[in-house]
Amino acid sequence: MREELKERNTTGFLRWDAPATRALAALLLVLLLGCAFNADGAFFKLGTHRDTLRQASVYGILACGMTLVIIAAGIDLAVGSVLALSAVCFSLWSIHWGWSPWLAIPACLLVGAACGGLAGAVHAVFRIQPFIATLAMMVFARGLAKTVSGGMKVSTAVPNPDGTFTFVSVPAIFRAIDSRILGGNLSTVTVIFLLCWLAAWVALTRHRWGRYLFAIGGNEEAARLSGVPVVRAKIFAYMASGLFAAVAGICQAAQEQQGDPEAGMGYELTAIAIVVIGGTNLMGGRGGMGLTLLGTLTIGYLDKILSINAVPEASRLMLTGAIIIAAVLAQRRRQ
Amino acid sequence: MKQTETQPRPLARMRGIAKRFGPVTVLHGVDLDIYPGEVLVLAGENGAGKSTLIKILGGVYSDYEGSIELGGRLVRPATPIEAARLGVAVIFQELSLAPTISVADNLFLGRHPGRAGFVDARTQRRAALRALGELGVEIDPDALVGELPMARQQLVEIAKALSRDARLIVMDEPTSALNQPEVERLFRLIDRLKAQNRGIVYITHKMEEIEVVADRIAVLRDGRLIGSAPARELSRERLIEWMVGRRMDTQFPPPTGRLGEERLRLEKISVPDPRRPGRWAVRDVSLQVRAGEIVGLAGLQGSGVSELLQGIFGAYGRRVAGRLWIDGKPARISSPRASIRRGMALLTNDRQATGLIPPMSVLANICLADLPRLSPGGWRRPRLEKEAAERRARETALRAPSLEMEARQLSGGNQQKVVLAKWLQTEPKALLLDEPTRGIDVGAKREIYLLLRRLAAEGIGILLITSELPELIGLSDRALVFHRGEVRAELDKEQLDPNRILAAAMGAEETEGRSCAKN
Repeated sequence: MREELKERNTTGFLRWDAPATRALAALLLVLLLGCAFNADGAFFKLGTHRDTLRQASVYGILACGMTLVIIAAGIDLAVGSVLALSAVCFSLWSIHWGWSPWLAIPACLLVGAACGGLAGAVHAVFRIQPFIATLAMMVFARGLAKTVSGGMKVSTAVPNPDGTFTFVSVPAIFRAIDSRILGGNLSTVTVIFLLCWLAAWVALTRHRWGRYLFAIGGNEEAARLSGVPVVRAKIFAYMASGLFAAVAGICQAAQEQQGDPEAGMGYELTAIAIVVIGGTNLMGGRGGMGLTLLGTLTIGYLDKILSINAVPEASRLMLTGAIIIAAVLAQRRRQ
Repeated sequence: MKQTETQPRPLARMRGIAKRFGPVTVLHGVDLDIYPGEVLVLAGENGAGKSTLIKILGGVYSDYEGSIELGGRLVRPATPIEAARLGVAVIFQELSLAPTISVADNLFLGRHPGRAGFVDARTQRRAALRALGELGVEIDPDALVGELPMARQQLVEIAKALSRDARLIVMDEPTSALNQPEVERLFRLIDRLKAQNRGIVYITHKMEEIEVVADRIAVLRDGRLIGSAPARELSRERLIEWMVGRRMDTQFPPPTGRLGEERLRLEKISVPDPRRPGRWAVRDVSLQVRAGEIVGLAGLQGSGVSELLQGIFGAYGRRVAGRLWIDGKPARISSPRASIRRGMALLTNDRQATGLIPPMSVLANICLADLPRLSPGGWRRPRLEKEAAERRARETALRAPSLEMEARQLSGGNQQKVVLAKWLQTEPKALLLDEPTRGIDVGAKREIYLLLRRLAAEGIGILLITSELPELIGLSDRALVFHRGEVRAELDKEQLDPNRILAAAMGAEETEGRSCAKN
């Protein structure tokens, strides 16, 4: 009997019915689609893949935090707005006020973590549903972004008191974030995404807190009675989500070379779609960062393949909607 | 009793029923007849296939092999609704009522009287009153189902089945949430259903119930029908042998008799009632548990024993009055987390709702409560966790194909062992157990009894709640009997007998009330 208690692959990459295998199958299907509709070989160019990864990175960073929250049976609708707030703050502080990146970046991260932590506290302490708590933060952070920016894009055109503009150069940090490495074959934002992913993976699988999130998502009351610090663990999850949203905002600002208070509209939904397509359960308790990585690539490549084949945006959106449902249906486990 | 040649035609005739879940075969060609006017008790250990069999009959699973005849007609119910239309009603442990709408609305859900989609509320109310009246119960048809006590909800469920003219009623452990008077009432109701020539299939783990209610007993083991016999002809020992497949000698391990130092002391503990703010669930309870001792707590529903354990464990926060000592040291009651750190552990009475994390692995479940020690500095040590989980799995005789599988895939008994293993891993001084053997099979029960005795011998103080009197009597070194939040009797090992316990648990007034109700 005891000999049967063998160690097994936790993520179950080898079992056909494991979520990871299915998420991988979905990704391969999309890649196959790319090979078939390769837009006269455009799909086989290295640059296409580099751009795909670059474009998927901001969404991927948001999805990292979203995964943590969803595993704890929550949801974070505020990430798009927090992204905008962070982008605006980063641009304002770096471009207009000339802050050093050593100051501006931590300050932005702090703002994001505070927003997430506040929404998380409202949810965990006052027992308000996460949908409502983060919906409120989504509206609030958007308003704050508009207040900070005065309702305008914060760009290299710095307004003077007399109504004229002084044009300044783009700060070095913006160009550094939007650069490429490895001989121009990999975007820096993709590296930032992978670092975020790695951090979330370590937290989820190697730290006690990760177990707490799974436990809370799986059965909150049982977790509480087992001594899990439920309130604290949840607040940290939303704080992490806000932090990742701030990172995404910094990347977004660097890529656009400005801080747009309207940025990130609807990004929360893309992030949720990524997590769900990966196979992390929206009811909580099941999922993982590996799945989210696969989900990010699936959504990223899907979008790229449709765009290189010049599918108009309207049809692209409809197709994406249909494909999300198809992917989730394909992954649904049999009870 | 008429003889076989005039035996009525069976209401239901199941032949060669087989069912597989993926690679696992849970039923191997079961034949079962259900006759009108009799109670067929379906017995068997957890995982024997009882639930699967009745789910097939009730239209929950439609992909099975074999055939079902209802009233001589070959049928294959594909949904519970279709089964209901064929006259089969299954009353599951988890009731299928909608808690937020009224009793009347529930009774006529999906077939409200009225026209063009509008409900004729007055007609419906009258029909509901009639349906409930036929059962001899007084329930306000306008009450919200979710606000009724469990026992009443169950009656509503039965009324719903009858109002659909179910010929065949299946009850899956209907008494698990009922107290003694409610159980007796249910049995009277079953007698009436029998008199109306309906067929009843009754699933239970409780021996006493089988003896009271069964006309015929069918036993399943490992997905096979082991036998079926009139209840009169089947002895208790034989029944258990059929269920377990081996002889059961002594049910309960003997106490060791050596008591050590004090592990837990309660002084004038009062716990607020979580469901009725401003009132106490238990008041002024004082007791002491020493190392090596199993102290039983007995009480019917509403006695407050569960709330007492939850209260001293810190599940209700700081609102508990009185003083507590754990392992000789005074302890302020604040939270489960703090209690665990001080050496207390609570196994709750509902493992699905408050014990297990179903989607997490067996290993993660076992390690959960002890993570602060297993992951020093916050970083997890997989080796440490694996060793701990293996050790506790061995200790609790847990049978899991893999420690990495999800806990929800295990049978009830093994799930309970996972929860027990979780608490053992915290190395408690005082172990609080609330119905540790609820809904698990005979074999697993016995293993848990042995384990509890061994734990006590190793120096843990155990407080035990159980609603099964033989278990309470067999396991406890002494027992406190509660009635409506107060200790009514303290009984030593020699004083423990069912009549005495039940009398104390029901209170003197209650006993009189009962005899009146019989008139």
